[in-house]
Amino acid sequence: MTVIAVRKDPQRLTITVEAEFDASPERVWQLWADPRQLERWWGPPTYPATFTKHDLAPGSSVAYYMTGPEGDQLHHYWEVLEADGPHRLLFRDRFANADGTPNTDLPMNTVRVVIEEVGHGHTRMSIESAFPSAEALEQVLGMGMEEGTKQAVGQIDAILGEDAFAKR
Amino acid sequence: MVVFVQIGPPDFDRMFGALADHTRRDIVRRAISAEEGVVELASHYPMSFAAVQKHVGVLERAGLVTKERIGRRKVVHTNLERLRVARRLLDQYEELWRCRIDRMTELIAETRRATDDRHRRP
Repeated sequence: MTVIAVRKDPQRLTITVEAEFDASPERVWQLWADPRQLERWWGPPTYPATFTKHDLAPGSSVAYYMTGPEGDQLHHYWEVLEADGPHRLLFRDRFANADGTPNTDLPMNTVRVVIEEVGHGHTRMSIESAFPSAEALEQVLGMGMEEGTKQAVGQIDAILGEDAFAKR
Repeated sequence: MVVFVQIGPPDFDRMFGALADHTRRDIVRRAISAEEGVVELASHYPMSFAAVQKHVGVLERAGLVTKERIGRRKVVHTNLERLRVARRLLDQYEELWRCRIDRMTELIAETRRATDDRHRRP
């Protein structure tokens, strides 16, 4: 269990996931900085990601596509806003057309990664994703991200608290 | 391609907007038991009947509550399914990242094993 906290803010449409690893910040940074490692974890097994361009310099971009079970491909790219290895990364994850050009019709989400050493050999990484609208969140989830549906359908609503639903 | 719980056409921004207010969240919570009308609901809050009625209107337009006629009374009733949909969106995104972090952990463990093996070699 390496996820230590999850904070969801339905009003601001942000979700922050914090995780701890038995590794140095440099090792954790490599998960983002090495495209071959990214390919091992970014996409779910049913939608593996292939990175075709990877340059984490601010102002540069990272391009990738995800291949679905039917061979369908979903193209994306990151607009790198800030990068300061091994501690900080800020990028916009956006949709692209099949030829790799940006598809500005579809929404983006902004991802902020902070990596910090919390003790010898232990590193904490927090990932905050922010969505411009609930529709954007829905679209990001709907496009090739089906693993989320493993979540039980009847998830209890934290907005109301568990007791509220128990009454029913 | 898209395996995603079918969500009708709710207006998500309106829904989240409606839930962004403390009083409205409280109304939604109370209306789960579907026992009270607007008059009874209004008695719980230090504000005018009209103000509470307005809040109920916002929730109604967001599809979060409906007014239901029970006998001679009209009770406010929470639409639980709609509420779960709002929550589920963020839950799904959480699950996406949990799966990613599991894969990251596995990858780190794998490289550690490889390094250990190299060190063990004479």
